[in-house]
Amino acid sequence: MAIRINGNEVAIPDDPRVSLADLLREQLHLTGTKIGCNQGACGACTVLIDGERVLSCLTLAVQADGRAVTTIEGLSSEGSPHPLQSAFIEHDGFQCGYCTPGQICAAAAMLRGVADGMPSYVTADLGERAILSPEEVRERMSGNLCRCGAHNGIVEAILQVAKEDVA
Amino acid sequence: MTPFSYRRPASSMDASALAALKGHKLLGGGTNLVDLMRKGVEHPTTLVDVTALSSEIIEMEGGGLLIGAAARNSAVAAHPLVRAHYPMLSRAILAGASAQIRNMATVAGNLLQRTRCAYFNDPAASRCNKRQPGSGCDALEGFNRYHAILGGSPGCIATHPSDMCVALMALDAQIHLAGSAGTRIVPLADFYRLPGDSPHLETTMEIGELITAVEIPASAMGQRSAYRKVRDRASYAFALVSVAAGVSMQDGTIEDIRLAFGGIAPRPWRALQAEAALRGGPATPEAMAAAMDAELAVARPAAGNAFKVELLKRTTAAVLLELTGDRS
Amino acid sequence: MSRMQNVVIDSVKTVLGWVPERWLPGGTPDPLIMRRGAVGRQVSRLDGPIKVGGQARFAAEVAMENMCYASLLHSPITRGRMRHLDTSAAEAAPGVILVMTHRNMPRLDIIPLVSVTNLGAVGASALPIMQDTEIRYNGQVVALVLAETQEQADHAASLIQIDYETAGARTHFEAAKATARTPASVLIEKNHTVVGNAEYELAQSPFQVDNIYRTPGHNHNAIELHAVTVAWDGDTLEVHDASQMISGSAAALAKLFGLKKEQVRVLSPFVGGGFGGKGMWDHQVVAVAAARIAGRPVRLVLSRDGVYRIVGGRTPTEQRVALAADAGGNLTALIHTGHSVMPPYSACPEQYTLTGRALYRSKSYAFVQHHLDLDIVPNTYMRAPGESVGTFALESAIDELAHEMGIDPIELRLRNEPETHPLSGTPFSQRALVQAYREGAERFGWARRQATPGTQRDGEWLIGMGCATGSFPYARMPGASASIRLTREGRAIVSCSAQDMGMGTSTVQIQHAADRLGLPMEAIVFEMGDSALPTTPMAGGSSQTVSIAAAIAAAAEKLSGELLRLAGNSSPLAGLRAGEVRMIDQKLVSIEDPSRTESFQQILARASRDEISVSAAGSAPLEMLKFAMHSLSANFCEVRVSEVTGEVRVSRMLGSFDCGAILNPKTATSQFKGGMIMGIGLALTEETLFDERSGRIMNATLADYHIPSHLDVPDIDVMWTGVPDPRSPLGARGIGEIGITGVAAAIANAVFNATGRRVRDLPITLDKLL
Repeated sequence: MAIRINGNEVAIPDDPRVSLADLLREQLHLTGTKIGCNQGACGACTVLIDGERVLSCLTLAVQADGRAVTTIEGLSSEGSPHPLQSAFIEHDGFQCGYCTPGQICAAAAMLRGVADGMPSYVTADLGERAILSPEEVRERMSGNLCRCGAHNGIVEAILQVAKEDVA
Repeated sequence: MTPFSYRRPASSMDASALAALKGHKLLGGGTNLVDLMRKGVEHPTTLVDVTALSSEIIEMEGGGLLIGAAARNSAVAAHPLVRAHYPMLSRAILAGASAQIRNMATVAGNLLQRTRCAYFNDPAASRCNKRQPGSGCDALEGFNRYHAILGGSPGCIATHPSDMCVALMALDAQIHLAGSAGTRIVPLADFYRLPGDSPHLETTMEIGELITAVEIPASAMGQRSAYRKVRDRASYAFALVSVAAGVSMQDGTIEDIRLAFGGIAPRPWRALQAEAALRGGPATPEAMAAAMDAELAVARPAAGNAFKVELLKRTTAAVLLELTGDRS
Repeated sequence: MSRMQNVVIDSVKTVLGWVPERWLPGGTPDPLIMRRGAVGRQVSRLDGPIKVGGQARFAAEVAMENMCYASLLHSPITRGRMRHLDTSAAEAAPGVILVMTHRNMPRLDIIPLVSVTNLGAVGASALPIMQDTEIRYNGQVVALVLAETQEQADHAASLIQIDYETAGARTHFEAAKATARTPASVLIEKNHTVVGNAEYELAQSPFQVDNIYRTPGHNHNAIELHAVTVAWDGDTLEVHDASQMISGSAAALAKLFGLKKEQVRVLSPFVGGGFGGKGMWDHQVVAVAAARIAGRPVRLVLSRDGVYRIVGGRTPTEQRVALAADAGGNLTALIHTGHSVMPPYSACPEQYTLTGRALYRSKSYAFVQHHLDLDIVPNTYMRAPGESVGTFALESAIDELAHEMGIDPIELRLRNEPETHPLSGTPFSQRALVQAYREGAERFGWARRQATPGTQRDGEWLIGMGCATGSFPYARMPGASASIRLTREGRAIVSCSAQDMGMGTSTVQIQHAADRLGLPMEAIVFEMGDSALPTTPMAGGSSQTVSIAAAIAAAAEKLSGELLRLAGNSSPLAGLRAGEVRMIDQKLVSIEDPSRTESFQQILARASRDEISVSAAGSAPLEMLKFAMHSLSANFCEVRVSEVTGEVRVSRMLGSFDCGAILNPKTATSQFKGGMIMGIGLALTEETLFDERSGRIMNATLADYHIPSHLDVPDIDVMWTGVPDPRSPLGARGIGEIGITGVAAAIANAVFNATGRRVRDLPITLDKLL
C-alpha cells in the first residue's frame, strides 16, 4: 500500500479518514497544496492523480493507493519552473498566492486535456476539437476560485503557455 | 468524521455482500459522500470502495451504450460515442460541478448523490425529514430557491442536484443493479422515489444492491438534442432549472420528443405530459407554451422559487425552438 | 463614536485651518514625485517565485515539534445558555489532549474594539470569549478540542453534548428598526448632517427621484481559511497568524494574557487574502489559551463553515437616496439615509452615506445612518465598507435622475462636480474625476450607448451600457515606523511589521526604498510580517502603502543626517544638513550644489563602520484633515441580459481611476481589477443567506455563497490619470478598495440600459429580470 508522490513512494496513513490534502500538508509538509474550503468548492487543493486534476480535500489518501500524485512542488522539474509558473508571474496571475498552486496544477492538466480532445460545456460543437479561446479557458478553469481577482492574469498566462506549446 | 474502516472489494458480488451490512456505505469518487461525512450528515462505519469495479463504456449490439458504474463523469462526457450519439449527455455532464469533480465522480455516485438543500446539510442546527425522519422541514418556509416546484411533499421539497441524470432521464436510461438476489434492470424513471411521507427513501434500490452499469438505448432523439442549464453563477453552480431535450422532426412537425428537467424536482423530472402534448404537433411557441402549462399545472412552488415556473417555461421553449428550427 | 469625538475632530480641523500649508506634511510635495526610478515601473511581484512554486509558508503551514490540532464547536442556537455540558465522551475519545470550555478557559478581559479613536486596537468583537454559559449569537465558539491529529480533534468535538436553553433572539431586520440607534458620528464624520432644507427642495424641484436600495450581507471569503499556529516557550508566545494587523494583535494578546509586548511575537509574512476579514477574532485567543493549558504547540484552522460562524462580514443595508435637480441639471437636494445592522459589540458602522458628502455639489443635503441591534456574529469591515454599497445606492440614483431628465448620466455628474469639498469647503488635494470620465468614456466607446433602454440586442441577449462613479477616502495612519540598516557593501535592510495579503506590499516598498535611498532594487531587503519589527498600523482603509512610505521617508531622512554626521568635516558634504541632501546613486548629494557629493561606502569606510542603523516614525497625517482627499474612479460596464432567462453577464468593463501616482502599474492593475471583480460578485451573485427565523447563516460554503468564477469575469480594462497628489507621500492615494466602489451601480445601470428594468436590491439575480 503506497502512493507515489512527486516520484517518491509514500505509505498510506493508518487512519482512513486522512484526506490526500492532509497527508500532503500535515504529514509530508508539502504545503504547496492548499485547503480553501475542505468542501470541494474552491479548487485550491487541486493536484494531479495519474495526470488528471482532482480535489485532494475530497480524496481519501487511501483511495490514491497505487497511483501517481503530482503536486505543485513536483510540477517544476530539476529546479526550473514549469512554463505556467513563469507565465503566472509574468502576467500577475495571482495576488495573495493562496489559490495559485491549485490554479497552476489545474491549468497544467487542463492543457493536457485540451490536447487530448476533452470538450467543455462551452464547446460549440462536441464533435469537433475545441479551440482554446479565452471563454474555453474560463469555463475549464471555473473550478478554481480566486478571491483576489487575478482572473485576467490567470487566463492570459494559460493562453500564452498554450500558444507556446503549439508553436 | 466518525472513525470508519475502508474496504476495496474485488467484485460486485463481494461489494454487494458488504453493502448489505449495517453501517456500510459504497464509496465512489467521494465528492459528495466525503463532504457529507465531514459535515456530520453521514456516519458510515465502513466505506466500501467500488471505484475499481467496471468503468468500461461499451457499444451494445443494435446500438446503445453500456456504461460501467465506476466510469468517471469526465470519461463519459469525453467518450466519442457519447459525443456523437448523445451530445446532450456530454453537455449535461460538462455542465455539472468542475473538471476536478468530474474527474473524480463516478456515474453511480452521480446517480446516488444527495440533495444540496442547506437544511439537509446542516445537522447541527436544522430540521430535515430526509436526514432525520419526522423532525420537520426548515426549507418549506426558509431558503428554498434551489428547491422543487414539482414532485415535492409537505415533508420535503429538496431537489436532486444532478445534471447528468437529467440527460439520462430524457434518454430512457436503464439502471443495472446487482444484489444478493441476483441482478435486475430498472428504468431510471422507476429508480427514484418521490419524497411523499418518507423523504429519506430516495431510490428503489434494495439493501445490499449496488449499481453495476447504466444502459442507454439507441435513440434518434439523442443526436438532435441539447442540454441547457440556468444558474446563479456562470459556471460551477447547481441548476436553478435545466432542460434536456431531444427531438426528431418530420415535415416540420415534431415526430417524437424527449424532455426532462433538472433543478425543479426531487428527482430528474421527465416531462411526459409536455412530451405527449407536443408529439405529432407543430413546433410553435404556442404549442410549447400549452405543453408546458399542462406539465406545470400541478406545480407547487414555494415563496423562494415561484419564479422557476416562468423560468422553466421560457428556457424549455428556447431550447425547443432552437432544436426544431431550420438546421440547414 | 462619541459626541466628544466630533468635538475633538472639529477642533483639530479648525486649528489646522490656521496653520500654513508648508508646515504640514505634504506642504512641500514629496521630492520623489518628480524623481522616479524604480517607482512607477512595471515590476513583477518579488515574492512571485515562491508563491507559484508552493514554497510560501502560510500560517497553517509552519511545522512545529510536538504540535497538536484544535477543533472548535459552535453554538447551533442564537440566544440562550448552556444548561448542561458533558465533555466526558470527547475527553475519552482517542488522541484527545484537552477539551476546553468556559469551565477551564482562563478568565480573560474583553479585547478593545478597533476604532478611529483607538487605532492601535484590533478587536472585531467586544464579546467575552468562552467565559460563561451564555450564547450571544449563532455559531459562537462553545468548546475547543485538542488532539494528536485533526481527524481525532474534529471527531471528538462532535461528541460534546450540550443541552441548550434557548431565549428569544433579535434576528429580524425590519422589526429591529423600532429600536434603532442613531450614533453621533460615523468614523470621523458627524452622522446626522443637514445643509439647507433637503426635503423641501426635493418637493419643490422639477426633477426628483426618491427610492429605497437594499444590499444583503456579504462575507470576505478569502480563499485561505483563518488559521493560527501557536507555541508558548515559558512566558513567551509565538503566534503564526493570517493577519492584517500584526503589531496590534501582538499587543492585544500581550495585554490579554498578562505579558509584556516583547514577550509576544506575531508572524504573518504571507496572508491568503484578507479584504478586512483577517483581523483579531476569537480563534486566535482560544488557540493561545489552549496551547498554554496543554503545554504544547497548537494549530487551529477554522473550517470554511467556521469562518462564516465566527468571523463577521459586511452588514446588510437598506438605504434611501433622494435626489432633486433644477431644469439645468444642478442638484438641489441630496438625501442619503438608511439602516444597517451594527450591534454594540461590533466595530464597523458600514459608512454608506460618506460618499454622498464629498462627491456632488448640491443646494441642500441630508445624511443620517441608523444602526440596528441584532444578535449576530459581529459585523466588520469588508473591502470598501460603506462606499461599496453606498455607491450602489447613490450612483444608481444619479443614473435614475439622468434618465428622468433625459440627459447623459456622465453629463449630469460633470455638471455637479464640486470645486471644493461640498460640505466643508476644504480644498481638494488633487482631483481629476472629470478627466477620468472623459478619457474612460472615450476608450470604452460610451458614445455608442443608446440612451433608450432595451434597444440593443444580439439574439436573445439584450445589451446595455452603464457607468458610475467610485470614491474612497484617502487615509494615512498615524504611528507607522520603520528602520533602515545600511551596510558598507551598499545594501539596505528596510524593516517594519507590515502585512501583505496580496497587495504587493514588499514589492512596492522595495521600489520605493530604492528611489528613496538611491540604491538599486536588488540592494534592498524588505523585512515585514513580524511584530518584532518596527510597528506599522494595520493594513486597512487603503492606507498601508503611504503609511509605510512616510515611515521609510522619515527613516531615510534620519539616515541622511546620520551619514552627514559620520562624514564629518573632511567630507565635501561638511556643513550640510539632512534636508539639504538627497540620496542618489548610492551617494549623498547636495541639492544646491550637486558637485558636493560622497558615496555611502566612502562615508562608512572613513568612519570605520560596517553599517549604520536608524529607525523613525512617519509624520502625523495632518494632510487628511487639512485637505479633502479621495481616490476616485469612473466605472464603465457593458452587460448582456438573456431575454429568455434573465441571466446577466458582464461582457466588458473599464475602470478609469484617479488615485494619484501609480507606484507599480502591474500590481496596481491587479488590485484595481480585483476590486472590480469583487464588485461583479456584489452586483450579481453574492449574498450571505441569514435565516431570520433562526439567526443562522445558511450558505456557509463556497459552493452556496457565489463569488465570481472564471467564467463570470470578462477581460477588464484599467486606466488612470496618474496625476500625483501633491499632499501625500509619493503622490499616491489608496488603491486597495476604490476598485469595488461604483461597480455594482455601473452594472445595475447597464442592466437598466439593456432591459429597462431597474433593480434596486442586490444581488441582481435572474428572477428579478424575468
